[in-house]
Amino acid sequence: MLWAPLAGFVLLAVLVAVGLLRPADRTVLSRMVGRPVPALVLAPAVAGKPGLSTADLKGEVRLVNLFASWCAPCIAEAPQLLALKQAGVRIDGIALRDARADVTRFLADHGDPFDHIGDDPRSTAQLALGSSGVPESFVVDAAGVIRHQHVGPIMPQDMDAILAAIEDAR
Amino acid sequence: MIAEVGHAALWVAAALALAQLIFAAAAFTMRGAALADAVRPVAIVQGLAAVCAFAMLAWLFSRTDLSVLLVALNSHVDKPWLYKIAGTWGNHEGSMLLWVAVLGAAGAAYALLERQLAARTTIATLGAQAAIALGFYAFLLIASNPFTRLNPPAATGLGLNPILQDPGLAFHPPTLYLGYVGLSIAFSIAVGALVTRDVGPDLAKAMRPWVLGAWVLLTLGITAGSYWAYYELGWGGWWFWDPVENASLMPWLAATALLHSISVLAARGALRAWTVMLAVLAFSMSMVGTFLVRSGILTSVHAFAVDPARGSFILALLVIYIGGALALFGWRVGTVRQGATFTAWSREGSLVLNNLLLTAILGIVLVGTLYPLAIEALGLERVSVGPPYFNAATAPLALALMVAMVAGPLIRWRRDDWRETLAKLRLPAGLAVLVAAVVWIAAGWIGLLPLLGLAIAAAVAAGSVAPLWGRNLRRTPLFTWGMVVSHLGVAVSVAGMASESAFTQEVLVAARAGEVHEVGPFRVRFVGIEPISGPNFTALQAVLYAGRRGGAVHELKPQARSFWNPPTETREAALLTSGGGQLYAVLGRQESRGRWQLRLWWKPWVTLIWGGGALIAAGAALSILGRVTRRRRRADRTAYA
Amino acid sequence: MRRAAILAALMLATPAGARVPPPPLANLPLPNAAQEADAKALMETIRCLVCAGQSIADSDAAMAADMRAMVRARIAAGERPEAVRAWLVDRYGREVSYDPPLSAGTAVLWAAPVLMILAGVLIARASFRKRR
Repeated sequence: MLWAPLAGFVLLAVLVAVGLLRPADRTVLSRMVGRPVPALVLAPAVAGKPGLSTADLKGEVRLVNLFASWCAPCIAEAPQLLALKQAGVRIDGIALRDARADVTRFLADHGDPFDHIGDDPRSTAQLALGSSGVPESFVVDAAGVIRHQHVGPIMPQDMDAILAAIEDAR
Repeated sequence: MIAEVGHAALWVAAALALAQLIFAAAAFTMRGAALADAVRPVAIVQGLAAVCAFAMLAWLFSRTDLSVLLVALNSHVDKPWLYKIAGTWGNHEGSMLLWVAVLGAAGAAYALLERQLAARTTIATLGAQAAIALGFYAFLLIASNPFTRLNPPAATGLGLNPILQDPGLAFHPPTLYLGYVGLSIAFSIAVGALVTRDVGPDLAKAMRPWVLGAWVLLTLGITAGSYWAYYELGWGGWWFWDPVENASLMPWLAATALLHSISVLAARGALRAWTVMLAVLAFSMSMVGTFLVRSGILTSVHAFAVDPARGSFILALLVIYIGGALALFGWRVGTVRQGATFTAWSREGSLVLNNLLLTAILGIVLVGTLYPLAIEALGLERVSVGPPYFNAATAPLALALMVAMVAGPLIRWRRDDWRETLAKLRLPAGLAVLVAAVVWIAAGWIGLLPLLGLAIAAAVAAGSVAPLWGRNLRRTPLFTWGMVVSHLGVAVSVAGMASESAFTQEVLVAARAGEVHEVGPFRVRFVGIEPISGPNFTALQAVLYAGRRGGAVHELKPQARSFWNPPTETREAALLTSGGGQLYAVLGRQESRGRWQLRLWWKPWVTLIWGGGALIAAGAALSILGRVTRRRRRADRTAYA
Repeated sequence: MRRAAILAALMLATPAGARVPPPPLANLPLPNAAQEADAKALMETIRCLVCAGQSIADSDAAMAADMRAMVRARIAAGERPEAVRAWLVDRYGREVSYDPPLSAGTAVLWAAPVLMILAGVLIARASFRKRR
């Protein structure tokens, strides 16, 4: 009984030490991985390119990329997206809470790897996909099932993992 | 030069703390007994050196000496002078330096003032205080030196988060720190008394002024912090159960329990082991709280990122101090003599109940705050613990605590007849029923907790002044007045919380210039938007004319501010206080051309929340005054005898 | 002139995390007071995913605004608050809710108050018994 306070404190110290030495990854991951893409119908985000709906995401493996012109890390990942496009990956975009003119300028400045770009002004698609940040990318297989989620910009060191996930989905 | 003087002063303080510890330890050996006389002077000089180091850093910040890394990282030439000074403790190193400076100063003051305790226990206490100070000095000197130079000097400095540029926040951390560190004296006295096996009423009397003083500052700090969150975060809430808020609440809960168990120990000699335990717990919670806030291991609006090396250093210190004190407790507390006896239905019994409930609330807050961390460590699915849990878990205990608060002061020490107590409780209980009935009839069903809160607040108000009944008010000792005022403060604060949650009215609109909107008893006219420029920001300001129907009209100007260094947006609420309530206005975004989002709240009696907090602190201040003057009077009497 | 320039600059300033104004329902109440009360209570217990330790009811973040609009729209369409919560938990995990449901993982959390009181009563009883 007299040692109970010490025991309690030791427990607390161990807990805090674990939290300190193994800092938890606080990324909020989507629960949609392994499940079909939810029903979406997104209007075109830019002129001359189709919008995005669930029906478009069937028949072939795709990378669905959430981006925005106001998002600085999206600029950092643009070259990698172009490289994936070069490697034959089909990429569709979802422009998050963005204005048409800004998206057009963003694509002109940083390249346009997208087949479809859906406009998501109210975060509807983002919430449906269980995404919490931008940029974020989902690998969708030919059956329209989400197979992989990548949180944050795709940097050069992430390319292998992304390509492997796409290969797995085929 | 200033930086070097400060750095040297820190080393001197560390060396003196080491000397103080060695002298105190040696004083307990046969050959070192003569060193006992040196402990107090060393403690005083050590405190001065620590304060000197902090003063040097404050001086560097006031001059914006950009050749010092810390200043360059956390200040800016364009910043208003007041916030340059506040910038001294608005960062990791500076706040740790403030912490040790206060620790040193408290030790020095204790060395200067202590007359109650046996000489041996005083020496042991100062030894414990030196051990604590030494660890934190080492942390500063080894892992976070605030005086590191930057070569070449920076040009302008990297600024400070504009949300921190607020008078409330500038003085909020130092107030809390003074309170936390005041509790270090109680901790050291408890450790010292365990070392010398001298746990008795003297210990309570020696601790009491320190705990009361710390409690005044903690109460003021928490009250100010709550008001700051209320007007600065712009959503009208006054308590968010954020980990940082919880970190300040936990030491306060422990100190509140300690304050009450001290009164039992001082008056009756009972609850000895328990008082020692609470004294250890109160400062432990201060250290754990500061550490959790500073280490960034909890997700919070206010979290600061600290690298793991520093975190591990502080964690090691906590393990040594808290673990050491608790081990000493387990080892020695068996030798503490049994105190005076009492029955369950007695003043002591009610204070035991008070301690039980406060400690349980403390436990709930601690478990709730750390639970997400524990879940993560176990690899289970992560959860978020928020207001729904804390409110549900603590509210029933808090209401029970208030019932004990009504009855406690009306029960006699040692033993009382429960029938007599119940007779005395008739008035407060009747008042509670009356208030509940009136509120129910006048306002309808407002929810169980707010209704109980208002009713029990009325009972506490009646019960708190009851000890004055039939007394000669001029001869009533000041510390009795202190208790009355503090308990009344709790009633006032709880009444404010209950009416805020029950009667708040909210209006969210997209308003066009010229429109009038009604909220509560007010008519608010949206005149228009105007741009303004401040010292380091530009802002859009809504001009609102608000007044009660047929009453005087006041101007309110909520702002949306844009700071440019670093680029940040903040919302400044505008408040109109009227009859204890507040009209709270926030300017949101532009909805469409000519329409602006306005958030308007009418919160009746909301100011009672903080007014009650101030009363609680004022009561404790009265108690200190009462104890000090009484002690002096007694000392005078002995001098003339 | 200067005034006008500042005003223009501020009007153009885009909120963090969006280039479009938030939907009306993010910041305007539902016409039905009972539904609004339900929505409000729910929003206070849903975590803002891009903020640190704030509910979506207390956040200026664009994503929180969209989540408020979504909550209001679903409640207005007749969905029960708990169904909306479940929809969010289904996508983001339990972390998104500030009201942890009773489960194996949270049993200790919900039992904590009772355990604290029990332990306290035991300690207090022990001291009373000795003293009689």
